[in-house]
Amino acid sequence: MLKQVEGSRAVAEAVAMCRPEVICAYPITPQTHIVEALSAMVKTGDLAAEFINVESEFAAMSVAIGASAAGARAYTATASQGLLYMSEAVYNAAGLGLPIVMTIANRAIGAPINIWNDHSDSMSQRDAGWLQLFAETNQEALDLHIQAFRIAEELSLPVMVCMDGFLLTHASDQVDIPAPELVDAFLPRYQPRQVLDPADPVSIGAMVGPEAFTEVRYLAHRRMQQALEVIPAVAADFLASFGRPSGGLVRPYLADDADIVVVALGSVLGTVKDVVDELRGDGVRVGALGIGSYRPFPAAAVHEALAGRRHLVVIERAIAPGAGGFVTGDIRTALADSVPHISTVVAGLGGRAVTGKSLRGVLTAAAAGELEPLTFLDLDTGLVDRELARMSGTRRSGPSAENMLRDLGITASRIG
Amino acid sequence: MPYQRIKFYQTGSFAVGNRLLDPGQRTVQSGAERSNTLTCGHRACQGCGEALGARYALDAVMRATQGKMIAVNATGCLEVFSTPFPQTSWQIAWLHSLFGNAPAVATGVAAALKARGRTDIRVVAQGGDGGTVDIGFGCLSGMFERDDDVLYICYDNQAYMNTGVQRSGATPPAARTATTQAVGREPGNRFGQGKNVPLIAMAHEIPYVATATVADLRDLEYKATRAMDFRGARYLHILVPCPLGWGSSPADTVKVARLATESGLFPVFEAETGQVTSSTPIRHLVPVTEYLRLQTRYAHLFKPAERTEVIARIQAGADRNIARFGLLPDNNSAERAVVPGPAPADSREGQ
Amino acid sequence: MTAQQHTGKAPMMFQVRFHGRGGQGVVTAAELLASAAFGEGKHAQAFPSFGSERMGAPVMSFCRISDRPIRTHEPVTEPDALIIQDPTLLHQAELFAGLGTEGYMLINSTRGFGELGLEEFVRGFHPDRLLVVPASSLAQEHLGRPLPGCPLLGGFAALTGVIGLDSVLAAIGERFAGRVAEGNAAAARAAFDFVTEERKALSDA
Repeated sequence: MLKQVEGSRAVAEAVAMCRPEVICAYPITPQTHIVEALSAMVKTGDLAAEFINVESEFAAMSVAIGASAAGARAYTATASQGLLYMSEAVYNAAGLGLPIVMTIANRAIGAPINIWNDHSDSMSQRDAGWLQLFAETNQEALDLHIQAFRIAEELSLPVMVCMDGFLLTHASDQVDIPAPELVDAFLPRYQPRQVLDPADPVSIGAMVGPEAFTEVRYLAHRRMQQALEVIPAVAADFLASFGRPSGGLVRPYLADDADIVVVALGSVLGTVKDVVDELRGDGVRVGALGIGSYRPFPAAAVHEALAGRRHLVVIERAIAPGAGGFVTGDIRTALADSVPHISTVVAGLGGRAVTGKSLRGVLTAAAAGELEPLTFLDLDTGLVDRELARMSGTRRSGPSAENMLRDLGITASRIG
Repeated sequence: MPYQRIKFYQTGSFAVGNRLLDPGQRTVQSGAERSNTLTCGHRACQGCGEALGARYALDAVMRATQGKMIAVNATGCLEVFSTPFPQTSWQIAWLHSLFGNAPAVATGVAAALKARGRTDIRVVAQGGDGGTVDIGFGCLSGMFERDDDVLYICYDNQAYMNTGVQRSGATPPAARTATTQAVGREPGNRFGQGKNVPLIAMAHEIPYVATATVADLRDLEYKATRAMDFRGARYLHILVPCPLGWGSSPADTVKVARLATESGLFPVFEAETGQVTSSTPIRHLVPVTEYLRLQTRYAHLFKPAERTEVIARIQAGADRNIARFGLLPDNNSAERAVVPGPAPADSREGQ
Repeated sequence: MTAQQHTGKAPMMFQVRFHGRGGQGVVTAAELLASAAFGEGKHAQAFPSFGSERMGAPVMSFCRISDRPIRTHEPVTEPDALIIQDPTLLHQAELFAGLGTEGYMLINSTRGFGELGLEEFVRGFHPDRLLVVPASSLAQEHLGRPLPGCPLLGGFAALTGVIGLDSVLAAIGERFAGRVAEGNAAAARAAFDFVTEERKALSDA
């Protein structure tokens, strides 16, 4: 049924239809509307589940671990600082093979504290052994949660559904909320192979030493590779059952004959597609590739989509200081046999808008061969140059953010 | 369920005591049908108080629940020595997740059971003092605050033993640990405020809180059983000497635990909804030195010279406990424990 | 040029920016507008400018309306219409940023452009596209509370024709209930009539 609703609400309704049995969450901007909606549904009885108000994100993931190990379908949501705070438990869930589904309402990680959207939170946990699926739209966000429970339970691996904080979570869009019967038909009951049951006791979580640890990790790696088949299979089944394409490994857009292909994750792809259309209208052959599954990284699918493309512009919504972007490296490895020219554009950090106008500028420069290997979109070079000049003058230069504030005259250091 | 408190003097062997009783009144451990929840083959040290305490407590819970119990274990000695992959010495459904999250994981297990209509299956969370008093404290308080239906058992050996005897928030004053070494002007652990988790549990006014030691099997079994009469959050704090960390003889584990109670250093009591309901009187009061001398973690208090002021401070702590919990009732200092305001008479027995 | 054929953008894309203060229902207004457009079978998107919410702080919200799916989620930098819920924000220079000369604007006030100090400013625009409407007063009268959001939407419908009054009323009916729905609907209708009258007067003049 078509509805005009806030992204968070759409996700809450989708999650509810997946019949989670235990929902546990700690509030953090910008995930709050999702768990608030779910808590109301549980309270009114519209959703038959246990809703636990936990005392920290670490507790949230821990409660999900206990619930899942006891055989219940478990769900939680977090972002940014909260994801980091539960990091130990995030790795634990993957290592224990528990099919927990978690929404990440992508938000920047501090310091400096920042509540707005970027991908640094998901990137910080990309090696934890969870699947990471990125939604381009609110429609896809709700669809991916339905797919996520099925993928997770089939693989016995936890899944993060990543959706841009504020940009998607707090945007009201038109979405098609599926009928509950369709979801029930698509998502069978959770029946784990191993479960905590006094009638059939088992010890879960033993200490594994050097004699077996490598094998356990190897098998986890294999399982992630198996996910590369499960994800498109589930997406195909979703298309057949619900009538629309959603999820999958990658989504090319006019990339076949493109001279320049923009590679990106998440909602920025919407703006990218608008710009691609405009530039195509001006005779510039650009295209785009959306990465739907970031973990496991779909190297073969990326290779298939991009082999032969001469110039890639990779948009990074997070940065590893001193090292660069995240996605660029994965792309480079996937195309190792014929690496094209790659320009990395770090954009939208901490919620700075990625505008069509700026993207057009970048792609025009790319088409003219004038785009640097690494650029920061819309960087305030004046502000940065002043701070660099000051830093070069003294050694113990202190924190950048506070220094910049002094430059802008905003600190109260000179009262009286 | 009425309990007959049987008083008889324990000489160190329970066989005599049990033989004199009806089968129905004997300890769980004396019965052939006991669960042996933590069975043999684990890798604990000789004389490990925790291995003893865990088997005592869980066998009692298993009897009380007719075997319908799931245990969640924090990282620590108990978890490490009991589950060296691919072996386990647990005969129950058992889950280990992390160091600091046992209470939260147990909450999750209980929630799953409730969601599936299986509240007949009970949940026990357990961990050492480090996982309870320090790193797991936030999760423990959260579990108490929500009154989740979990019995949390803390096996207190007063330091991070598994990692090499480092100081925890439960390490008593003056004790030697690897991070509070017996060197310098003030050797051993400093005199801090301590962190009395049983009292903190009482401040949460949860249905049932109790302390016990491995020296009194019957009392420990009673408390573990009694705890299962309640629904909601419950806390059991068991003193379990660690011969390795305490520097006591493996043969003295039970004796050292008994001296801890008989000196007043470890009060044994029960509480319901924040009010102390019973405390175990000291039978033969001993000065703290009798307890301290058996453990080399206190050796620096006696050699090269006796540190009388330090010992006096420790003794003062014991005396405070005696007064506070009324451990010598014939004596006029029979003050009850200081607890937060009067709690409502809320009967929580059964469901 | 009508609202439907707009300045060099993709076929039928109308972008609105709302200004107000926290607590005045600025976000709700954008959502109601999106809801109204949805009710007419159009595609719509509404979102706030995000920040730490606190009462009284200046806030913005946005709404896009289109005849085809809206892909971008970037902020609205070149609005086709501005709706100013709180005239005390008028001193902010950037309030009007991005509004083209073909643009529309509604200001919630009982005073005229002259009194508001905008006489000079409005000269660059179509006179029947920039209007003042006493939305808070109308809300006070019909709803009992000076919440200008719904009446401003009624005024918007009359001003631009992008959505119909009926759609606005339907959206109000879905979002609110009982007396609140009735009051808001009455205020919206009153503002619609007010703006219709104003525009008629301007074109007759």
